[in-house]
Amino acid sequence: MTTTNTNAIERYRNNFLKEVEANVEEGHMVKMCMQCGVCAGSCPLGPAWQHSPQKIFMMIRAGKRDEVLGSDSMFMCTSCYNCMVRCPRQLPITHIMHGLANYAHRLGLAPKGQPTREFATLFWNNLAKKGRVNELMLTLQHYFRGGLVSGIREAMAMQSIGLGMFKAKRINPMEIFGGHGVKDLKGFHAIIAKAKEIEDRKKGFTA
Amino acid sequence: MTASIATNQTILVVGGGISGMTAALEAAECGKQVILVEKTPVLGGRTARLYRYFPKMCHPTCGLEINLRRIKQNRNIRLMTMTEVTAVSGSRGNYSVTLKVSPRFVNENCTACGKCGEAVATEVSNPWNYGLDKMKAAYLPHNMAYPQRYVIDPSIVGTPEGEKAKAACPVGAVDLDMKEESVTLQVGAVIYATGWRPYDAAKIQPYGYGRFANVITSLEFERLADPQGPTGGKILRPGDGKEAKNVAFIQCAGSRDENHLRHCSRICCMASLKQTQYVREAFGDQGKSTIYYIDIRAIDRFEDFYQMVQKDATVSFVKSKVAKIVENTENGNPVLHGVDTEGYHRYAAEHDLVVLAVGMEPEITGVKLPDDVILDSSNFIEGSKDGGMFGAGAASSPLDVNRAVQSATAASLHAIQVIRKTASTEAV
Repeated sequence: MTTTNTNAIERYRNNFLKEVEANVEEGHMVKMCMQCGVCAGSCPLGPAWQHSPQKIFMMIRAGKRDEVLGSDSMFMCTSCYNCMVRCPRQLPITHIMHGLANYAHRLGLAPKGQPTREFATLFWNNLAKKGRVNELMLTLQHYFRGGLVSGIREAMAMQSIGLGMFKAKRINPMEIFGGHGVKDLKGFHAIIAKAKEIEDRKKGFTA
Repeated sequence: MTASIATNQTILVVGGGISGMTAALEAAECGKQVILVEKTPVLGGRTARLYRYFPKMCHPTCGLEINLRRIKQNRNIRLMTMTEVTAVSGSRGNYSVTLKVSPRFVNENCTACGKCGEAVATEVSNPWNYGLDKMKAAYLPHNMAYPQRYVIDPSIVGTPEGEKAKAACPVGAVDLDMKEESVTLQVGAVIYATGWRPYDAAKIQPYGYGRFANVITSLEFERLADPQGPTGGKILRPGDGKEAKNVAFIQCAGSRDENHLRHCSRICCMASLKQTQYVREAFGDQGKSTIYYIDIRAIDRFEDFYQMVQKDATVSFVKSKVAKIVENTENGNPVLHGVDTEGYHRYAAEHDLVVLAVGMEPEITGVKLPDDVILDSSNFIEGSKDGGMFGAGAASSPLDVNRAVQSATAASLHAIQVIRKTASTEAV
């Protein structure tokens, strides 16, 4: 368990709603939910989720901290905004979902091995390295995440698409040697570091 | 005629529904002069288009009849139908009101014999059945119509059809040369009893009203159940005329929704609870009603009515706001999709007919009222800054008939006070 997590538990004790209000983006709107169920019914991925937004909001109020922060639901959101435009109470549901995902991730409680979360992490690390996405490395890292055998199988299955992208100059095999980046790499890393510092300070993360 | 009678001792009541009739009568029976203006050709408003009232399940015709008789007997009321208020100026105790009187093309000689209606072949959409059927272009709006006088639809005036109606009239009542008139009156106080209209259900896109024939509004359902309605009181769904034995009611269709009407329309829960009993009345134990709701708000002392319906085995309740409706293209049945709140079960429920319990929107929404009139965030009338104009009934708040009558009586008393104060100031 991370220290931030222990601190958060200590600080908010049984009041998970207060914790969400204080730490999650748009968390103060969670209490506005009237449990009508339109978000749950409108979600195109609804049946694929562990918990619908409606259920998540009720769980927050019921103080089900571990279940909420350990849920895969927030990571399944595709940001289609269907729930948000239909919510009769105008809860910014999509934003709250992303806020919860971010908070769970920072506390180290987000589900391990959740595919969309894994890919997002992969994408961010790839991007943060040079300020540009290295498409080739991203693809390879994604395919070989499960080991050599499954990686080769996945790459083989996708080879026609890869070739097409190569012909269209969308992917460059030379990127395997590090790839392209932004001009001022040092400056870019400084920006990212500063942004992280500001965000950590705002959200009370010192660790 | 009216211009010479009206003074600043006169009360103007705008709207001839149950609230307007009540407000006018209460003031007139106190000896005050009242001008009652109504936009349509008849009194009764939306109340006249209901099948039954909750909670006693009696018929609105009964109460309307009493009120109409009181109006007929009272010489203090001047009734102007097909009349709209176009401008109000002045201030408390001394308003100048401009009215637009649309031509009826039938004069006072009319005996409501119906010969013009028989002569005419043209049909127009019937607003008294919410457009569910058509009526002749020379018509008496409904059986309870007051004044009992036919109306010629402007679409046939100047056509051979209009001439046919004129030729058929045995008493020379059809006057196709009637023109729109403008009248200016002096009045001391104004009561807006302009009422409400159902929220446009087509705006609730996921419910498919207007796209799916078997998704209707609660007001249309009233007409289906009414023996005077388009189906003669049989609950037949519009899509294919099949008996609708399995009916779903969707609550908060447009109400309590920041994207539509922000307010709770207050009557819809009771209206749907009442309408489940229409289904039972029509089909007995064969009927099946399902109410999809966020929470049942049986206002005031109506909790016992809710409990009575809960005990009815043909009625079931699903705590969920339906997310979307799709149509089963094979049989035209609407299929309701959503997730219920009691257990978070995902459902896809097929019904014969869906009734949307649509919310109440003030009829004056989008109408330019005098600047002095204060509206709340949902466009209900709160009153006027100068204290001489009042909202009554459903124009002032979403109210059922009972509460609309109470509100109208209160508005009437306020108006009488304004008139009395004006009179005493002038006496000094």
